Amino acid sequence: MQVIVPSVSVLDCPGTESEDAGKASACSGCPNQEICASAKPRAPDPDVGQVRERMAGVKHKILVLSGKGGVGKSTFSAQLAYGIAADEAKQVALLDIDICGPSIPRIMGCDGEQVHQSNSGWSPIYVEDNLSVMSVGFLLGSPDDAVIWRGPKKNGLIKQFLRDVDWGDVDYLIVDTPPGTSDEHLSIVQYLSSTHVDGAVVITTPQEVSLLDVRKEISFCRKVKLPIIGVVENMSGFVCPKCKHQSQIFPPTTGGAEKMAKDMGIPFLGRLPLDPRIGKSCDEGKSFLTEHEDSPAAAAYRSVINEITTHCTEGPTTDSQC
Amino acid sequence: GIMADDILPNVGHVLLVLSGKGGVGKSTVATQLALALVEAGKKVGLLDIDLCGPSVAKMLDLEGRDIHQCSDGWLPVYADPSQQLGVMSIAFMLSHRDDAIVWRGPKKNAMIKQFLTDVAWGELEYLIIDTPPGTSDEHITVVENLQSCNPDGAILVSTPQAVSLGDVRRELSFCKRTHLPVLGIVENMSGFVCPHCSECTNVFSSGGGEAFAQDFHIPFLGRIPLDPKLSQCTEEGQSLAKVFPTSPTIQAVRTVVDNLVAQLKSRTNAKHGST
Repeated sequence: MQVIVPSVSVLDCPGTESEDAGKASACSGCPNQEICASAKPRAPDPDVGQVRERMAGVKHKILVLSGKGGVGKSTFSAQLAYGIAADEAKQVALLDIDICGPSIPRIMGCDGEQVHQSNSGWSPIYVEDNLSVMSVGFLLGSPDDAVIWRGPKKNGLIKQFLRDVDWGDVDYLIVDTPPGTSDEHLSIVQYLSSTHVDGAVVITTPQEVSLLDVRKEISFCRKVKLPIIGVVENMSGFVCPKCKHQSQIFPPTTGGAEKMAKDMGIPFLGRLPLDPRIGKSCDEGKSFLTEHEDSPAAAAYRSVINEITTHCTEGPTTDSQC
Repeated sequence: GIMADDILPNVGHVLLVLSGKGGVGKSTVATQLALALVEAGKKVGLLDIDLCGPSVAKMLDLEGRDIHQCSDGWLPVYADPSQQLGVMSIAFMLSHRDDAIVWRGPKKNAMIKQFLTDVAWGELEYLIIDTPPGTSDEHITVVENLQSCNPDGAILVSTPQAVSLGDVRRELSFCKRTHLPVLGIVENMSGFVCPHCSECTNVFSSGGGEAFAQDFHIPFLGRIPLDPKLSQCTEEGQSLAKVFPTSPTIQAVRTVVDNLVAQLKSRTNAKHGST
């Protein structure tokens, strides 16, 4: 007689520093359980106060999430930053918390820059007067350096980014994240919890293999009470440069992001087509929006960016369920 | 610690599919390699240690299946009636498909360890391990726990563009630091052939994978094109070879398998001192 292996508990690890550490129902079976349960109760984390102070000058915070890797989070975060910073009156900051695969320095054309410390903290890298960037990429000696860290160390660096970087007064802080629903995501939400976060922009490609992971990301957002600004469908259709026919390289076999957004009750922010020049701009560290501003893809980007900034400044244009 | 004979006692070759970069096709390549090896008559296991975004079950149309337990441990979920392809994934352990595994490192590590020690794979010629992007808990844990069974090595997957290869460089460093041999690199999404006019467009740039292989002195295992038919098959959990048998993509996958097998052979020969 064969027994079926039971489902796993998807309950969160309460966090090693939480009051419930080691005692929550999710802790049973975790190899850390004894250590967490026997740890002395911790005093409130002073860093949280410092993060709140740093973030006091940040008007809007947007997290760019997916769940699925390689759908264009970093590409989108960069164009979002460039797009908002096109208005010189806006101060924009782009924080890359992908510690293992930090793409932002290359995409923003500042690969190889080093971070300087001053009395007021770590200085972010300015790619334009009103656009600054921070990433672990700037802290690595060589492009071959791998950051082979387990969760706690990654969390420590994310906290440092929020606590120690002197962003100054910023209109928009955009946070690019790695794929998944793990340490980095729990940490950024936790550390920003004492501040106001406008919400998450969720990126996906049209196919079900992506949507599968993206639905999980949306579940994550709901679980941690992170508002969702909306979903963007990236790599949505490819126009052959020769014959101009459209192909769906990543076919939306289950209705794509628009249907998923409808089913889950979240706003659909729009579609971005697959234009080979986007990837090329990213490889070269140039702004696609500037290099190819008359392209249909750039127009699509501007439309989505507009939806996002309107949401931030005027509130949700449609119901954005938390 | 885990005793040498607790880990994968009857597995011939253990292969890890790594990238560093997300969304380059690790799961697609892992699945296609597994299917190609099964087609060649081998007994294959496919282990998905991507706990947050487990794609393999979907790609083989195994969603909703349960894991059965017997006296030897957990039975893999078999993708075929003749049990040539056994699959293990956390996807089989979720109550609801949309459930997010929101676990920090320690809990993920414990699960991965269980996948390695508690699954009764039986005798396998190949165990292919699909990984999430990055160089973190999952990767550290799987390499640590596999040490006692001498994995054959890593297959790196990338798209041709610089942004992807930038991450793959770090994955290569990871392999060096953890003494995991690198069997080679596969360049995926290598060009898109328009079905209407046959013009090939390098949607994600071109040539990067082969240049990487040269620059870093690792074998170039081959390139797989961007093929909507392949996407379709992974969507529907079908074998490309069965549904579109004349597709050039199948030949591309077979070339990668042939090169991989040649690599494995030459390393085994080198180890045993034969010519």
